[in-house]
Amino acid sequence: MHELSVTESLLEIALRHAEQANAQRIIRLNLVIGELSGIVDDSVQFYWDIVSQGTIAEGALLHFDRVPASLRCLDCEHTFPLNGRDYTCPECGERRVVTVGGDDFRLDSIEVE
Amino acid sequence: MTVQVPVVEQIMSANDQLAVGNRARLDAAGIFTLNIMASPGAGKTSLITRVVEALREDFRIGAVDGDIATTLDADRIAALGVPTVQINTGGACHLDAAMLQSALPQLPLEELDLLIVENVGNLICPASFKLGAHRSVLIASVPEGDDKPYKYPVMYRGVDAVVLNKIDVLDAFDFDVDYFRQGVEVLNPGLAFFPLSCKTGEGVDAWLVWLQEEMRRYNSGRP
Repeated sequence: MHELSVTESLLEIALRHAEQANAQRIIRLNLVIGELSGIVDDSVQFYWDIVSQGTIAEGALLHFDRVPASLRCLDCEHTFPLNGRDYTCPECGERRVVTVGGDDFRLDSIEVE
Repeated sequence: MTVQVPVVEQIMSANDQLAVGNRARLDAAGIFTLNIMASPGAGKTSLITRVVEALREDFRIGAVDGDIATTLDADRIAALGVPTVQINTGGACHLDAAMLQSALPQLPLEELDLLIVENVGNLICPASFKLGAHRSVLIASVPEGDDKPYKYPVMYRGVDAVVLNKIDVLDAFDFDVDYFRQGVEVLNPGLAFFPLSCKTGEGVDAWLVWLQEEMRRYNSGRP
């Protein structure tokens, strides 16, 4: 349920940028959400409908661009996308990996009028 | 007319900035700080009790205790004679940097060497909220099962050490320590791993050695 406080942060960021752009209304938010961000987009949407009420962002569409987790093999340096819960490197078969992508949860842009 | 406004801002940036502020405040006072995370009942308070009992002669220790409700855990730690601040999150499933920020002034910061923050019992939410602590420690426990690193990768990936508590009951559970360890290692290679029992004391010494070594390194890196 930490999506509530996360969604409140999202609203604060969107409203701040809309105000700087002298916008009357926010139509759409373009979000990037990594597979390993720990954020559930349905839950963000649920809270968004509540927290955005009465603001210029009320009714704005949340667009989620989902980014898969990206792993790098520590043995052969091969970079590959996470496949389910299988962390095995498809190149060399080793399982010692680090995450190099898929952590993000960010607001890339807003569409305003 | 619709206009696209570029933003490119991490949603967690507000919390992250507060966490940076907390870290600066702790560094100014020279307090090495641990963020202890675990599911409910894994043994957070028991491990903290072990640390306090073993190290209170050598270090000045303080504690911050996060719970949804009650002061039960904070009372247990305060009973050991260390300054303890209770944060009741009022339903929130994690501590965030703002909560720690408000707790810090309630502690005698100039008189502490080690601060232990006990997060809310939860394997999901606390992983997303940095507090400003120097090390994050996850406590797993044998009854939870050996598959938890595979099911909660975000939590297991972001910590500096994993403690496996309750090894005194290993025989009663189908817990494969190697399988567990492999799941921890795969996304967090080389992290410190301490199988122990807070109840019997087995393995606790290795954990205390690590903690004191981390404190020593922290203090030697300070001007």
